[in-house]
Amino acid sequence: MTAPLAIELVGIDKRFGSVRANKDIDLKVAKGSIHGIVGENGAGKSTLMSILYGFYHADAGEIRVDGRPVTIADSQAAIALGIGMVHQHFMLVENFTVLENVILGAEGGPLLAGGVARARATLKRLAEDYDLKVDPDAVIEDLPVGLQQRVEILKALFRGADILILDEPTGVLTPAEADHLFRILKVLRDEGKTVLLITHKLREIMAITDEVSVMRRGEMVATRQTAKTSMGELAELMVGRRVLLEVEKQPASPGRPVLQVENLTARDGRGVDVVRDVSFEVRAGEIVGIAGVSGNGQSELLEAIAGIRPVRSGAVTIDGTRLDLARNPVDAAAMRRHGLAHVPEDRHRMGLVTSFSEYENAILGYHRDPAYGRGPMLDIGAIREAARAEIEKYDIRPPDCLLRTAGFSGGNQQKIVLAREIERDPVILLVGQPTRGVDIGAIEFIHKRLVALRDAGKGVLLVSVELDEIRALADRVLVMFDGRVVGERAPETDESELGLLMAGAAQEAAE
Amino acid sequence: MRAGQLPRWADYGLMPAINVVAAFLVSGLVVLLIGENPVEAVRILVWGALGWNEGIGFTLFYATNFIFTGLAVAVAFHAGLFNIGGEGQAYLGGLGVALACLALDRFVPWWVTLPVAVAGAAAAGALWALVPAYLQARRGSHVVITTIMFNFIAASLMVYLLVNVMAKTGSMQPETRTFEAGGRLPLLQSILPGVDFGSAPVNLSFVLALLSCVLVWVLIWRTRLGYEIRTFGASPGAAVYAGISPVRITIVTMLISGGLAGMMAINEIMGSQHRLLIEFVSGYGFVGIAVALMGRAHPVGIVLAAILFGILYQGGAELAFEMPAITRDMIVVIQGLVILFAGALEHMFRPLLLRLFGIIAAPASKPA
Repeated sequence: MTAPLAIELVGIDKRFGSVRANKDIDLKVAKGSIHGIVGENGAGKSTLMSILYGFYHADAGEIRVDGRPVTIADSQAAIALGIGMVHQHFMLVENFTVLENVILGAEGGPLLAGGVARARATLKRLAEDYDLKVDPDAVIEDLPVGLQQRVEILKALFRGADILILDEPTGVLTPAEADHLFRILKVLRDEGKTVLLITHKLREIMAITDEVSVMRRGEMVATRQTAKTSMGELAELMVGRRVLLEVEKQPASPGRPVLQVENLTARDGRGVDVVRDVSFEVRAGEIVGIAGVSGNGQSELLEAIAGIRPVRSGAVTIDGTRLDLARNPVDAAAMRRHGLAHVPEDRHRMGLVTSFSEYENAILGYHRDPAYGRGPMLDIGAIREAARAEIEKYDIRPPDCLLRTAGFSGGNQQKIVLAREIERDPVILLVGQPTRGVDIGAIEFIHKRLVALRDAGKGVLLVSVELDEIRALADRVLVMFDGRVVGERAPETDESELGLLMAGAAQEAAE
Repeated sequence: MRAGQLPRWADYGLMPAINVVAAFLVSGLVVLLIGENPVEAVRILVWGALGWNEGIGFTLFYATNFIFTGLAVAVAFHAGLFNIGGEGQAYLGGLGVALACLALDRFVPWWVTLPVAVAGAAAAGALWALVPAYLQARRGSHVVITTIMFNFIAASLMVYLLVNVMAKTGSMQPETRTFEAGGRLPLLQSILPGVDFGSAPVNLSFVLALLSCVLVWVLIWRTRLGYEIRTFGASPGAAVYAGISPVRITIVTMLISGGLAGMMAINEIMGSQHRLLIEFVSGYGFVGIAVALMGRAHPVGIVLAAILFGILYQGGAELAFEMPAITRDMIVVIQGLVILFAGALEHMFRPLLLRLFGIIAAPASKPA
């Protein structure tokens, strides 16, 4: 490509504590193009954009804007360089008018009058140039989200942005609003602006970008011309392939159903339905894997079944006991009493209290168990003894039940959670991302444990973004896309076929 | 040992000690500024609080108040709640104590009245915490805001009750009649043979306060409820995962916290004043916050911090008496400095200590 570059990143590196969020990133964005950046949650997209916008400072590497090396100390510096950002969560003052929001921080002097008049004129011109019509005197909180987003774009343009970064811009939009946004972005591009679009929705990438870069686990793994790639290829690149230890296992011999999910619908924190009308069953003695690009409702599905997330409609049957969760909400403790155990995706925020000792975490969720004390009291001696037995059996290192959980490595922390949940002899185990942030040795151990649990006649529902992990462990694979189960396949199914399903190809065909 | 953590003894012992020393050094500068001898001032303060029997008695009397209000704040801390309504809850606790004493004092001995008064104090304090607790749990109104507002409501309510409802007939004082023997707790010196605290009002409540410390320790570290409280305080996400109801824990914890604050009134009303009077709490509820912070929300730490503040109160009074240049307000400044260093600036010396310990520990523990 010969077009001049608006942005060039060379060898960008960023570390948060022990986590390397960006590893040696190179990126070239052509002037006057729409450039997509895709990747799963946590792939490092937002970190990279925050570096570009001056929120973070790269530990190493160089940023070039219009060919010149620059240092971006803060967002003011980014604005001065003509970089504007539209955040995922709008940065607007809700009870201010559009005009007041646009000039906020760019008032142009201590007195408002002059600046306001100039701003009004500029807004009018921008609205005409880019088809960005918004009533400048409307109050933000009265506007629909689509228009609020337009105000964010106007804010950036008002400050003279030539390069516009949009972070997951369609997350909050209706399809019609999203279409309108894409039209605006194309106009902006045709007028010579450069647009950087961050998303994990492949359909949007295919619809409007000229070029697309894929990030995975902090690395920039590929850049493609959109016209020359496919959703399947991008999905595969995003999820990645990894040499995985083969898991030895016999064919499953499924028995009675231990978990039946009927027409489950649940919302996320913003009130958007993220699990939509999902139905499936898990039988005793089988592992059912749920594959999907992260952010397609798998996490929320697990939480809804576990009794952590409110359910809007639908029912769950555990070992023959039917629970109408929408009408009679049930908490996680009740789910455990029915025989469900849960290894959550996020062991730091949910699965463990990291400031507690190991033995205290060994009873989290089971602290009402009569085995751990009489009446209202806890029997610390008995708890420590049980914890020591689990440490021994699961080879948790260091073998010290008094140590704070934060002091264990990721793999050992995961073993603490796994031991706690498996040792209660559940009929069905929910497992989310069992090997995220876990070292190779522990991965093998954890996989063996899950297969052993299956062979003992328990049901296992496994959610993982590691496609290889699902293929290695699961006896059946369900694919989730956009909150729905879009297909069921055998684990031996070709990766590119699964990749296509995960990218929503079935959905596309149906529409 | 992970980076960023101090050994327990340093965290619980050394840090508070350093903070107190720093507060005293700055106080010393202030004393110098007004032209007095700081060494002499410290001598008078310490002697006034600990050097004679009556001084010790007063120190322990004040400490009793601080133990109750400190425990109240600490219990709420463990659930991640910041109850700064101890002042109002203790005030209402006084109402509970007074009602019990006024009803019973003429008919039964003190040891029959005491359990009723304790129940009254705890119930009234808990009730005063219930509304903020409910608003926090169900409506998300922050307890810091609501509890502090309830302090003002409590003050107004008590003025109304004492002026219009409970005042002794024929008196202009906003206070109830004085309790008879059945509404008075025995002084500590009348129980312990061979101890003489002079005219100091330290009474059986001190024992009650120590007993409360033991009970709070058992509650927090040895019961299922305490486990739930700590889990919710340390990680609300993990609490929901474990099936612990945030609403229930918020309300129950605030009730316990309010009840403990209310029990402070046993010491003041039944142990010392023998009548309910206006503004008897006079800041003990607020100082409880500093006590809890300094005592690391642990009962043992709270007893030590409460005694320290008892020393400051009693020794400060002596100091104001002995050194006319140091007024009562100066004492408040010194107390304020201790609160500032122990509470607000609690972590000021932490990075320095961490580095020191890092240097000492580095050669000793090479990671394997």
